[in-house]
Amino acid sequence: MSEIQFMKGNEAIAEAAVRAGCRFFAGYPITPQNEIPEYLSSRLFEVGGTFIQGESEVASINMVYGASSTGTRCMTSSSGCGIVLKTEGFGYLTGANLPCVVIDMSRGGPGLGSILPAQQDYFYATKAISNGGARAFVLAPGNMQEAVDMTYEAFDIADKYRCVVLLLCDGVIGNMMGGVTLPRMRELSELPDKSDWVITKRNGDGSMRMITSCYVPIKLVEDQNIHMAEMYEAWKKTESRYEAYRMEDAEVVFAAYGTSAGIAREVIKALRADGIKAGLLRPQTLFPFPEAPYRALDPEKVKQVICLEMSIPGQMVEDIRAYVDDRIPVSHWGRSGGILMKPEEALAAVRTMLI
Amino acid sequence: MEKVFGLPSGCTAKTHSYCPGCMHGVAMNILMHTIEKFQLLDKIVIVNPVGCGGLGLYEATANYISAAHGRASAVATGIKRCSPESFVMTYQGDGDLAGIGIAETIHTAARGENITVIFANNTTYGMTGGQMAPTTMVGQNSTTTPGGRRVDRQGYPLKMAEMIAQLEAPAYVERVALYDSAHVLKATKAFEKAFEVNLKGGYAFIEMLTNCPTNWKMSPEQTVRQIREQNEKIFPLGVFKDKEI
Repeated sequence: MSEIQFMKGNEAIAEAAVRAGCRFFAGYPITPQNEIPEYLSSRLFEVGGTFIQGESEVASINMVYGASSTGTRCMTSSSGCGIVLKTEGFGYLTGANLPCVVIDMSRGGPGLGSILPAQQDYFYATKAISNGGARAFVLAPGNMQEAVDMTYEAFDIADKYRCVVLLLCDGVIGNMMGGVTLPRMRELSELPDKSDWVITKRNGDGSMRMITSCYVPIKLVEDQNIHMAEMYEAWKKTESRYEAYRMEDAEVVFAAYGTSAGIAREVIKALRADGIKAGLLRPQTLFPFPEAPYRALDPEKVKQVICLEMSIPGQMVEDIRAYVDDRIPVSHWGRSGGILMKPEEALAAVRTMLI
Repeated sequence: MEKVFGLPSGCTAKTHSYCPGCMHGVAMNILMHTIEKFQLLDKIVIVNPVGCGGLGLYEATANYISAAHGRASAVATGIKRCSPESFVMTYQGDGDLAGIGIAETIHTAARGENITVIFANNTTYGMTGGQMAPTTMVGQNSTTTPGGRRVDRQGYPLKMAEMIAQLEAPAYVERVALYDSAHVLKATKAFEKAFEVNLKGGYAFIEMLTNCPTNWKMSPEQTVRQIREQNEKIFPLGVFKDKEI
């Protein structure tokens, strides 16, 4: 039973989280994601959940760590320079195998950067969300509806793997208004049973439980690291996703995610109108990265790959180069720091780059 | 047969790993006896700190969760808000609670979260080898204040019980010592009071003046004298707040 509503992206994401069973949110104000905590500050109490405006990003992610240890579906959100402050908590969550969902409504950087939309958190989100090799499962919605659907699903992924799931959005997705189909409200009774590991229960034989990322003896720390490595490999085999657009005969292949992928579509339409066969491979998961379609690009057919990103220097382009592996020329174009790409500007730039 | 003396049910017979003469062991003993007295072993969640404070729980059988350095109060907040039926407390040292975690400590107290905070103030970073803590006293030696803490370089120590007590929300704040039987008995009463406050829905904060023979480079007997004659002057014992809830 779905319903279409006219909402702002941030609010739609927040409502999707509630419908997925999220009952705890802690966060700290930062633009351009403020409508998420603002919405949840009343909505969560309506459904018997809890909202806390933390005194800092660090406190907020550590509250989420505590909430997650009780088995409660929980979430935090932030942006750019705020997300990186949660780095500490991401490591502890990963080390302790605790699930949570994180929304990064990313903005210009580095440092304070700007409050405007950008895609400059790619390296941080996909390579190292904390110390010790900790990585998040990273989803990259291409539009508001997909952001809603991925938020809803993110809680299932987090519970399945007991990991941090990060939605790497950009401020455009969070701040646009539009019609979205909201998912069904889940009953808490439908959610996965976590009674065998939550910290608020004793084991069946009455023995104690502990939740920690500090294992003794240290061989157990290595065992945890091996568990992480195996999980990441499993993700690569089964969980990577992408969308192919006009790829059937493409000679110029665009690589873009999120809002940039929408710009890429406009560029592709214009190029095709000129007889240039262009297509798009849009990653929907950034970690695990959909390597296969890039590895499979045929140098006999594809003349070049162009990565469009709202990031200078380019970030995802490094992965694209790794997977295309010098078989096909790869180039990058983008704007950065909070300056949006305009389709006509991107088209003009791309025309100069065509081989 | 009624047990009149022995290990509390939450303790194992394993020897704890604290240095000889360390008062963390005394504090853990009081804590585990209090847990037993209130029959909380099945519903307690202890948030474990970073630092020596956490070592005692390795030999106990209470459920515990390890927090990042200083974040115990934030973690406890998340647990208690999601699991109101649990009895939630933290056990933290001074570097953890008053240094890197002071924001979490103060704001959790200001919100009046329904948790109990047990704070061991030994005026030094024990686990890392005796560096200056936020509670290191003026003139006190540490590995990062050679020759003693100087006001012109490092300022003054934080008095956490006094700071917490001036907030509106906390229901009970007391500072205790552990160096002789009379003070251990007083501390035990303070723990019991803090637990009662917790069960009534309030926030309680107990600061314990503890020692660190290893890093103070003193015998256990000398540390007792040090606390009684020096530390208590800077950190006076007593009840700083006792609010009806």
